[in-house]
Formats: sequence, C-alpha cells, structure tokens
Amino acid sequence: MQVTRRQFFRICTAGMGGSSLAMLGFSPTAALAEVRAFKLARSTETRNTCPYCSVGCGVLIYSLGDKAKNAPGEITHIEGDPDHPVNRGTLCPKGAGLLDFIHSPNRLKYPEYRAPGAKEWQRISWDEAFTRIARLMKDDRDKNFIARNDKGETVNRWVSTGMLAASASSNETGYLTQKIARSLGMLAFDNQARV
Amino acid sequence: MTNHWVDIKNTDLVLIMGGNAAEAHPCGFKWVTEAKAHRKARLIVVDPRFTRSAAVSDFYAPIRAGTDIAFLGGVINYLLSNDKIHHEYVKHYTDMSFLVKEEFGFEDGIFTGYNAEKRGYDKSSWNYQIGADGYVVIDPTLQNPRCVYQLMKKYYARYTPEMVSSICGTPKDAFLKVCEMLAETAAPDKTMTVMYALGWTQHSQGSQMIRTGAMVQLLLGNIGVPGGGMNALRGHSNIQGLTDLGLLSNLLPGYMTLPGDAEQDYQTYVEKRASKPLRPGQLSYWSNYNKFFVSNMKAWWGDAATAENNWCYDWLPKLDKGYDLLQVFEDMNQGKVNGYLCQGFNPLASAPCKVKVSGSLAKLKYLVIIDPLATETSEFWQNHGEYNDVDPAKIQTEVFRLPSTCFAEEDGSLVNSGRWLQWHWKAAEPPGDARNDQEIMAGIFLKLRDLYKKDGGAFPEPILNLTWKHRRPEAPSPEELAKEFSGKALADVTDPKDKTKVLVKAGEQLNGFAELRDDGSTSCGCWIFAGAWSEKGNLMARRDNSDPFGIGQTLNWAFSWPANRRILYNRASCDPSGKPYDPKRKLVAWDAAAGKWGGADVPDFKIDSPPQDGMNPFIMNPEGVARFFAVDKMAEGPFPEHYEPLESPLAANPLHPKNDKARANPAARVFKDDWSTFGKPDKFPYVCTTYRLTEHFHFWTKHARLNAITQPEQFVEIGEGLAAEKGIKGGDKVKVISNRGYIIAVAVVTKRIRTLDVAGKKVHTVGVPIHWGFKGVAKNGYITNTLTPFVGDANTQTPEFKAFQVNVEKA
Repeated sequence: MQVTRRQFFRICTAGMGGSSLAMLGFSPTAALAEVRAFKLARSTETRNTCPYCSVGCGVLIYSLGDKAKNAPGEITHIEGDPDHPVNRGTLCPKGAGLLDFIHSPNRLKYPEYRAPGAKEWQRISWDEAFTRIARLMKDDRDKNFIARNDKGETVNRWVSTGMLAASASSNETGYLTQKIARSLGMLAFDNQARV
Repeated sequence: MTNHWVDIKNTDLVLIMGGNAAEAHPCGFKWVTEAKAHRKARLIVVDPRFTRSAAVSDFYAPIRAGTDIAFLGGVINYLLSNDKIHHEYVKHYTDMSFLVKEEFGFEDGIFTGYNAEKRGYDKSSWNYQIGADGYVVIDPTLQNPRCVYQLMKKYYARYTPEMVSSICGTPKDAFLKVCEMLAETAAPDKTMTVMYALGWTQHSQGSQMIRTGAMVQLLLGNIGVPGGGMNALRGHSNIQGLTDLGLLSNLLPGYMTLPGDAEQDYQTYVEKRASKPLRPGQLSYWSNYNKFFVSNMKAWWGDAATAENNWCYDWLPKLDKGYDLLQVFEDMNQGKVNGYLCQGFNPLASAPCKVKVSGSLAKLKYLVIIDPLATETSEFWQNHGEYNDVDPAKIQTEVFRLPSTCFAEEDGSLVNSGRWLQWHWKAAEPPGDARNDQEIMAGIFLKLRDLYKKDGGAFPEPILNLTWKHRRPEAPSPEELAKEFSGKALADVTDPKDKTKVLVKAGEQLNGFAELRDDGSTSCGCWIFAGAWSEKGNLMARRDNSDPFGIGQTLNWAFSWPANRRILYNRASCDPSGKPYDPKRKLVAWDAAAGKWGGADVPDFKIDSPPQDGMNPFIMNPEGVARFFAVDKMAEGPFPEHYEPLESPLAANPLHPKNDKARANPAARVFKDDWSTFGKPDKFPYVCTTYRLTEHFHFWTKHARLNAITQPEQFVEIGEGLAAEKGIKGGDKVKVISNRGYIIAVAVVTKRIRTLDVAGKKVHTVGVPIHWGFKGVAKNGYITNTLTPFVGDANTQTPEFKAFQVNVEKA
C-alpha cells in the first residue's frame, strides 16, 4: 500500500492512530520527495454562510495561520460545505467568487469624511467620526424630536433623521440596530426587505 | 418560505412564477432538480423571459410583466368552475363557509368604501357577519350567496381563458395547459410548491399577486404539507432575519407592530392585537401578544420597564403615517429630513428613480455610510462622468464613510429563506481599521448616550435606560446579543397548571416562547427566535445533518423559527381526524395513545388538542382557518383584482375598460409630483422589466474580480421582433429611455423574450439587468434604477421595478 503524505495526513485526521499505522508498515514514503507540505495542511478551516442570496449555503473558509494572536490569518480559499444539508458542497457562480469580495480592492479600510462642497474624501479617526456623528444626531434630535402631536397626544418620535439597515448583516447586528433606533424614537427606518 | 429548501424535493409539481431560482438562487434550485430526478416531479415556469429556470422546465408559458393576478385569477376560475379543488381541506381549513357582510360589494373594479381623493378605502364593509354568540356566521353547505365560496366563484368567473390571454399575452392553450397541470395536485396525495421572489413583490400590486398564488395553493390543499407551500425566495442572506427582527418602519421584533398616534392607551393597543378566536374552539395564538410585548420591553429597558409605567409603552415612537423608504425619500426631497444612516444599503442604486434619490440625498445635512465596500451612495456627491454627473461644489451634505467587516470577519447568525437561523464563525481580521457593525453602532450610541447623560436633551430616558449589559460596552458580542433576543427568565418561571413546578430558574435561558410571561418575569428581544440559545447552548450552531425521517427535515441542523419548526401550518397535512393526507410523506399526525401530535416536525398546533375538539390548523388567525377573503388586511380589497401597472402599454384595464379609476391599482400611493414622471405608451411603448443574473449579486459582486470577469459589461435584452423593427443588431449600443432618464448599454438580441399579443396589439418587452454602477472592478455602467418609477405596492410600498414603460433607440 502506497500512501502519499497527503493521504497519510487524511488518514490521521480521520481519527485513526497514525502511529499504529506506521507500526503496521504504512509509512508515508512519497513524502520524502516533497519540497513543501500542502498549504491545506497548514490552513485553518472555518465554517461560515454565504452572504449573498437567501439559500444560506454553508461555506468552508480556509485561512493561513492557526488564529494565533501574532499571526494574522489570510483567507486563501473558500468552497462549499459538503456537510451542509442545502448546498451539499456546491456553490453557484456568485458564491464561487466570494474570495474576491473579501479581497476586493474596493474594501473600505479607514473612516473617511467628506466636508460640505468638497470634491474628495479625507481620512479621519474612529473617535473623530463617532464624536462628530453623535453631535449631528443629537443636535437634530433635540431640535426636531416630537414629544406630542398637534392633538397633544404622546408620540415621542424623531423623524428628521432616518436609517436604512443592512439585510446582509447578522441577526445580532440587526437586533442591536433595532434596539438603538427605537430608543432614539426613530421611525424613518427600513431595510432591503422593502425594496 | 412556509416550507424550506430541502423540502422542495418532496413535491410533485413546481410552479416558478415571479422568480427565477435557477439563476437567482442556484444552489436552492438544485432541490427542484432533485424532485424532478427522484420523484418525477414536473416544473412549470411562467415568466416574461425564457429564463434558465424555464430552460429546464417541463412547460413554459410567457406572460406580460405585471399581469400575474389576471393569470392566477384565471387559474382560480378554472379550478372552481371545473371543481378541481381539495374539497375536505377547503371546507374545513379555509373560510369558504364564512358569511360576508351584506354591505360588501364590488363594482367595475372598485370595492365598497372607495375614496378617490385619498386613493384609499373605508374598509368597514370588508368583514364577516358576526352572530349573537360573537362568532362568525358560517354555512357549511356553501350554498348561501354571501358565503366566501359563492362570492369568490362569482368574482373570478370574469377571468375566462380568453380574458387571461388578452391581458397576459399568454396563448390560451398554454394557459389551459398550466391550469390542467396545477389541477392535478388537488388530489389529497399530490402536491405543488410555488417558488416566487422579487418578480412578484416588485409591483404596484405585488402583495395581491402573492395572495392570489396562496389562494390557488389553498384551493388545491397544498399549504402545510411536505413539498407544498408558498415559498418566498428572499433576496439577501438575512433579509428574512431583519424582517423577523422588525427592522421596518412600522414593526417591532417578531411581527409585533408599533402603535399609531391614536393608540394612546396601552391596554387598547394590546387588545387590538391579541385577537380573540372568531370561531369556537380556536387557538388564536396572537392572543398571547402581551407576553411577547412585555418580554420585549424587558429586554430593551430592563428594570426601567414596570407594570406601573406600562412596560415603557410610551417610550416607543408612535406612527402618524408610514415611513417606508419611498416616503422617506419623498420627505427628504421636500427638505424634511436632515440626517440619514445607510448600514450596508446602497439606495442610490437600489431605490427607484435615481434622479429623485440623488437630489434628495443632496438635501441632507449629513449622511453616514457603514459598509465593507465603496458604494455608489457613499459617492453620490462625486462626479463620475456620464454615470453620475453632479457638481460636488453644489452639494453641501457632510458624508461619513465607516468601514465595516464582511461575513468572513465576524461571528453571528443569518436566517435563510427557509427560516433557519445558522451560526457562522469569524475566519480572519478585517482589512485596515474596519470594525464590525456592532462596534460601529455601539460607538455612535455610546457617544450619544454620554452627551445625553452630560447635557440632557429631548426625552433622554429611553436612551439612558436602554439595557447595555456587555462585558465590553464598546463592543457588544454576538453571543451576548443572541442570548438577549433568545430570552431568559428574570424570576423563576413556573408551570401555569402547577405553580410549585419551576420550568426555568431565574437567570436561565428560556427554551421557547411558550415560557414567556406578561408579568415582567421574562425577557426576550424577539419572541419568534425564543429558544435559539437555550440552556442547551447555541442551537443555531448545531451541525447534525442526519435525516432520520428521510424527507429532508434535519431537525438538529441549526435552529428554525418558530420553535425549530420546519414546515409551517403542518397540522394541515392531516385530515380532520388527524391522519396524514399522504401516508408516504408523513409530517405530523395525532398519536391517540400518547395523546399528542408528533412526527417528523415540531407540530404547528396545540400539541395535546385531539382532532375531535375541532381546533383548526391556522392557529395564528383568529378564524383558525386560512382566509380567501382577506377581510380588512389588504389595501386594495379582500379579493385580488388585476390592475395594470402604473405605467402600462394599455390605456385601460381590459376588465374595466370604461373605468379609469380601475386602470391601475386604485390604492397605490402616488406622490403629487410623481404623476408627471410617469410615461404614456405613445412615447414609451415597450414594457420594461429589471432582473438579476446568475453571475452577479445585486451591486456587490461588481466589486469582486471573478464575477466581474464572468459578466463584465452592462447589457440589455431585447427580443428579435423589436430588434428587427428598430434595426438593432446584437452588440450594438442602445439607449433605453423612460420618462425619468436613460441608460446606454450593449444590446443582446434574443429569442428569450417574445413579442406578445395583448388586447389586440403586439407588445414588446425589454429586459434590463441591475448589476452595474460607477464603483467596482467591472466596467462602469448606468444605474438601472435611473429608469424605474417612484411608486410601490399599495401594502408594502415595494417599488414597481418589474413592469414599467420605456422606449429604445440605437445609441
């Protein structure tokens, strides 16, 4: 029985005792000729869900590194999750390009600001962004909050600022966003389910 | 979806109408292929375009965009006049025997109570006759002329095959062939699934299209059964979840609703929603509304929510009108909106009538973009040549662009179309300084809270008291948030039948919504998700794909709301005595020995209610049965009626040629200034419909190189007939013009779009994919929604992207 290094690796990870196999004489002979190990063997596999349509296909994300603090993982490969009951390992042409979405040159990296009338963006810090946004929101809310309507009924709404939430964000983000928006009295509030 | 993706394999017949699963949901469509291969199921596609779904169908019927109610109304007429309905199901599980008020009527396209000025109805006559006992009066013989069956039969008799063919442009024999195939599933052991998507929702009468589809399914007894159902194939990975969590202007989590101005009294608010049964012995599950509501308020405001202050009822904003996306952009255009936050939403590309949206954004004082990608909306103020020709100097909006993580860089759960909450795990750090959405929302909120704490301001109480119990306040974790919406006991929760028995101890996670209480002893941020994270752990992260019943239920894979139930209304898969209609596809059944319901799914029923008690399967309705007659729930009428799209190739509605009020949806909301933006068929003679491609997802994948390579450049599809008339060859550049603007793109001349015979004239259709814009790695293109009209469905206000009028010329 000839066993390549990769097959040997698979046998080991399949839960059989590697050492006992070696004792039986099944040693990875082909491995001796290899210059480098397979990248996959040093990859971390992470289970995830395709963020595009609503089929919710399971995906396996492979990243370099073992998630150690000083070794930032680099995602190198994505494929369908063969254990997933819906997609059973397949991906469509949309999902097959997920790696290029993650590594798109158009990913945003830093908070940016565009001043009134300006032609370009300028980079700002998170703290500057949060501070200025909170100030704008509070000034608008304090000025335009409607505690009572013309009939004197309690209505407690703020409709001069609105928000569109993301229907590709997680439930956890959605829940937090909903909670915050309503605590501010927001009504002009929707997500893509409306379009 | 009432059912779920894998369950499609259990069907005998698939109707894809108002969707194109093979291209828009390819990995879900494989279950259609599975049903065809292993059950000899057949596939029917009804669509204006011969799509890839149509290419593998057993039968394809063309239809004019926007006329689906006419088609399906014709199907209803066929089924009723040929008596091809599932009699027992219809008699017991629907409102066929219910008597409708004498005052209710319908004349020349308009129901009783219409107010033309308000474009709306006084719906008081749209209801049942209520007897002295407080219950609806019924006639089990179905002979009373006021019963729903008789009213409906008469109503849809107008939808003859000839009328259908004239309105829809579908050849009469093709229409009848579809009717015959559908009718076969009226047999108790045969079923059909209906798969639809934005091709039904994006119309000025979209909700009623879906209702008509559901009515066909009810007549055939195909709701609540394996392989059946009304299956909405939703557009985004978590559009289901965000809807479930109530992130829409008028909603609270779990389909609870915000109060209106008039609802000043908390008890009245609850009583209106906690519907009492309308027939004897029915469950009416919404009668538990207060438990869901109080638990929600406890999750949000904790100790501040007390019985004395009505659980902070007054802290919720009240609605004076709808604040849907179209309304908000209208208000913005009128200068009434100062600030806007777009979290992963690109309205410049995805909202109708770009010129209006762009002009509205320019009137904002501030705009905050939270997104992983550089969207068009974030640069609406920047000049991008012909694709976005604006003068930045004239736009005074302050814009912030905050980088967020993408799916691969965060933990959390998404709800797929089949209502499965599936957990995913972080694989890598985001690029640069990008942060996840929870940190970004927390960053803004905590700054605001600090300002209110320090300086006071307008009504600070709901902000200062919002529960915020996070180990790292600046970064609420997905685990903490998931536990919060799933729910926990604040005090010991006891069995109502035996107060000494503690079901859940104080501090423990709840097992499900049955444990919710209205006395403040439970907290739950989304009642329909209750139990997703119980003391057993995170059930959304479960990965046991075993299928012991062989019908694809995988009950231990992830968590399905509600209560891990996979198929809604599943009690309806059994006859009134509790036996499955199809023993080969057994879902649930009454187990007399055990005294409860059980089987391959979590029963959607009161688990110990024996069949002889006569409780009916549609437990969320106070009637206990499904409604053909929608009472006052819909904007345009209790029965769906065909109206023309706001822009259509016909000057009149063929059903009501003399009544201009009934040409287009009489209840569709149109803003005053938008009437002049609609085009007439003399200048814009061609029907236009927008759609999606297999290789792209909305406006994201143009940022991904592989997808940009497979479909690099914007194009439009025109049929051979129109191309010949206009002298257009494949590859020519063409200009597609609506009354709101134009786009220029490459023409693909195709056999896939036919010229139709509609009301005695030839009607051409133009197809425009949506995926291009001025940001991305694909070739820049025009935003398709430059063309689309600013009008929505009368109930949901979802824009009419699927049927409007254009002209085409060589560019």
